[in-house]
Amino acid sequence: MPLFNKVTTYETIRPLFFDGMTLLFGGFGGVGSPPGLVDCLIESGVKEVNLVGNDAGFPWIGMGKFICLERAKTLIASHIGSNPVAGELMNQGKLKVEFSPQGILVERIRSGGVGLNGFLTEIGMGTKLEYNKPRVTIDGKEYMYEAPITGDVSIVYARKADTFGNLVFDKTARNTNPYVAMAGKITVVEADEIVEMGSLNPEEIIVPGIYVKYIVPSEGYNWKWIWEMPDKLSRNAPPAK
Amino acid sequence: MDMGDARQIIAQRAAREISDGMIVNLGIGIPSLVPDYLDPSISVFFQAENGILGMGPTPKENTDGNLSNAAGYPVTLLTGGSYFDSAVAFGMIRRGCIDVSILGALQVSASGDLANWIVPGKRVPGVGGAMELAYGAKNLITLMTHTEKDGQPKIVEQCTLPITTYHCVKKIITDLAVFSIIGGKLRLDELMPGTTLEEVRAKTGTTFYQ
Repeated sequence: MPLFNKVTTYETIRPLFFDGMTLLFGGFGGVGSPPGLVDCLIESGVKEVNLVGNDAGFPWIGMGKFICLERAKTLIASHIGSNPVAGELMNQGKLKVEFSPQGILVERIRSGGVGLNGFLTEIGMGTKLEYNKPRVTIDGKEYMYEAPITGDVSIVYARKADTFGNLVFDKTARNTNPYVAMAGKITVVEADEIVEMGSLNPEEIIVPGIYVKYIVPSEGYNWKWIWEMPDKLSRNAPPAK
Repeated sequence: MDMGDARQIIAQRAAREISDGMIVNLGIGIPSLVPDYLDPSISVFFQAENGILGMGPTPKENTDGNLSNAAGYPVTLLTGGSYFDSAVAFGMIRRGCIDVSILGALQVSASGDLANWIVPGKRVPGVGGAMELAYGAKNLITLMTHTEKDGQPKIVEQCTLPITTYHCVKKIITDLAVFSIIGGKLRLDELMPGTTLEEVRAKTGTTFYQ
């Protein structure tokens, strides 16, 4: 793509997804998850995907839509409580879930995104979330090593992108998106608004365009939020396949 | 007492733990009911781990999908509030910038171990930000009904559910009583109105001192 015009179509993005890939996705309970790119992922038909993101969304919201199709092999996330289907798949052995403390997970993604080799923490030591992570003793104190995370492809949702990929986010839709954008080998941004270079205030740019490979226009969220849903039953129903 | 009443009673008592000028993080479940009972004369800033400091109440109109609390429900921003990414949100949590964290719990042990993230084979909510809130908050208060629906105590000698964080809980507020954990020991601070010491003893799975 030309350096200063990374705007493209979903048709160009679809072949970037492949079976067995590691996919990083932005969003927190679907807020800030890119709706058009999630649909693009679904339409691509890929399977055995290794997902990394804050959570499993809701069955009809965010990455939850893809997870319900049983085409994710693994998921590294901080929680899956808002997506009962993900819980069922985990208990049936169809989806391998590695839980991570929320802020530790974003730091692992950040570490991958900024060229570091991970970090030490005592958070989670001695719990089931330690898994088999190495322990390190420094100055007589024991810590756990958290490895960096990078992805084959990262998908993020921005409020505004200029054609170079400088990004501005919207309120709580920012969440993990800046670091997910930095940690993908190929980062695709879905933006509500795409503007010419020079239109964004340089002081307000959250992610510099250097991390962004492709930009696609968004048509906005195409799901209802939980507070817009009429009753609990419909909230827990999986989406039509 | 039905479950709904119990939750409101717990939230009402928990609101008294919040004083003027505090930075507060509330978990999902019963803690989310606490703001309804705050003394209107005090000013506090609620932090939400999805990226808000200075979270305000539910908007009456113009709800915005991109302005929600950590449970995904619409909120507002108070004057002086700010938005930030998840790394900053948890940076301030781990660094000890939160005065009080109020979390729901499944079990708490006599020495302050917290279990609140999974019931293996049944509920799989996941840990979310609980480990870091438990690690970094200056004061950690847990709210829960005193027993399971079948009467099993939730305050126990040793947690049988997977641990979120060891030795972190400083106070437990239930529909029957308020406890503190001091030096790894459980102390009964208060009985809730209409509760007897005998009832609390019978429904608590460990010993405590007064």
